[in-house]
Amino acid sequence: MLDNLQATAEAWPFLAQGLWVTIQLTVMGSALSLVLAVVLGLMAGASNKALAIPGRIIIEFFRGTSLVVQLFFIFFVLPQFGVELPGMVVGVLALGLNYGAYSAEVVRGSIASVPQGQWEATTALSMSPVHRMRRVIFPQAWALMIPSLATLMVHLLKGTAIVSVILLRDFTFYLDQLTRQTDTFWAYAAVGLVGYFLLALILTLFMNALEARAKHRLGRGPSLREVLSPTPTNKNSLSTAGGGV
Amino acid sequence: MPTPTDPGATTPGDRAGGATAAAAGHATRGTAPIIEFRDVEKRFGDNVVLKDLNFHVNKGERVTLIGPSGSGKTTILRLVMTLEEATDGMILIDGDPLTHRIEGGKRVRLSNKEIKKTRTRIGMVFQQFNLFPNMTVIQNITESPIHVLGQSKDEARAKAKDLLHKVGLDDKADAHPSSLSGGQQQRVAIARALAMDPEILLLDEVTSALDPEIVDEVLGILRNIADTTDITMLIVTHEMQFARDVSDRVLMFDGGAIVEDADPHTMFTAPTHDRTKKFLRAVLGEGQIGTR
Repeated sequence: MLDNLQATAEAWPFLAQGLWVTIQLTVMGSALSLVLAVVLGLMAGASNKALAIPGRIIIEFFRGTSLVVQLFFIFFVLPQFGVELPGMVVGVLALGLNYGAYSAEVVRGSIASVPQGQWEATTALSMSPVHRMRRVIFPQAWALMIPSLATLMVHLLKGTAIVSVILLRDFTFYLDQLTRQTDTFWAYAAVGLVGYFLLALILTLFMNALEARAKHRLGRGPSLREVLSPTPTNKNSLSTAGGGV
Repeated sequence: MPTPTDPGATTPGDRAGGATAAAAGHATRGTAPIIEFRDVEKRFGDNVVLKDLNFHVNKGERVTLIGPSGSGKTTILRLVMTLEEATDGMILIDGDPLTHRIEGGKRVRLSNKEIKKTRTRIGMVFQQFNLFPNMTVIQNITESPIHVLGQSKDEARAKAKDLLHKVGLDDKADAHPSSLSGGQQQRVAIARALAMDPEILLLDEVTSALDPEIVDEVLGILRNIADTTDITMLIVTHEMQFARDVSDRVLMFDGGAIVEDADPHTMFTAPTHDRTKKFLRAVLGEGQIGTR
């Protein structure tokens, strides 16, 4: 046990480096996936077939092929066509494309579930399709899509572990190294699980905060400040909690 | 692109008969039709909601559509607002085709740009208010005047405040729609529609979703608008007293066709058709016809 702790402490600078790579992959991969999700989701949901069909094809392609194969393709095949990208870029690209395709379905579905009356009101007010989406529909769909996007981002975080196959030195890569000095169980269970769990927890808390903010803007639920406040300011939340006869 | 040629030329004169001719007799305001339905058909799949419908509404006229649910009243409003498009025939707004024109015997859809141009002359208030929950009250009202009509922010805000005063909600400009009662939300929706300066206002069962006690506060505002403006109104409502007070004409619908077209006094005191009598008895209660 003591050996394990000592070995981990010695390996910490490397583990921290790996953790940093994992965080970068997660943040940049999520950012790319979000951008792609919005673009592809809007395309797939468009009434114009010239947009909807390519959108659909791209989504199905990247959802239907494995992340590892995509990674290998970008890392090993593209260089043969003269496209050579740094490992980090390859990782972000593959994660962004793969999870972007999944998230696009979430975006499309959330936009479609904004009540019909909202769309009709924008027509009655002569809004253009772009204006309608930007100012009325998307802000409402955003609140609906955050919980599912949060789940996918946690998946993406865990998916970053795969990038060690293209020799990127992320957290998992250094965990493998750690197993040489410690028990395998210790490295993966104690350090690995806890490390990823903490990262996922931070991500989830961040997304929960985003969701609370988005909902509050639609007049549903307390403001973010109230959510984060240690003392409940909403009396209703106390009275309803006691319900049940 | 071909200009929307005089649509009148393509429609045989004999089609204008029936309800249209009867309607003209009751017009009490302007005589130029601002809304005209010509042989309009609307079907959803095999379900024919409106069949060969002909009628018109003159400028400044207030016309109420009554009839049992499913008789096509709301569909008519939705067609005028371009939320639906007719499957045959054409609708004219102030003489211009709304969504389709007839060219050499063929129905041709107008471009979205052409449709939008006409659409900005029309406003609608919905049964479910449909305020935008991501905006404050005043943002709801000024959004389209600023971004669609190109008004300046100051101009739009000043006008919105004026309209909020008119609907009795001066203090709610920065409130969130979700913090308002149903009646207040509907008053904001009325202000929002009026902020676009519509020539035609469509009211689709605007009090049906409200508690009985607050129906009157909304109807009072609409009465006031009817009294102080010359906006053409096409109204679908179950509030017969309101229909009687504000309407110049009442059209009784059944099965997608006009059964009776009369001024409100005649319609509510001495309807001629059995279908109308039966409907009014059901709505107003036995023995009410002729006494109100």
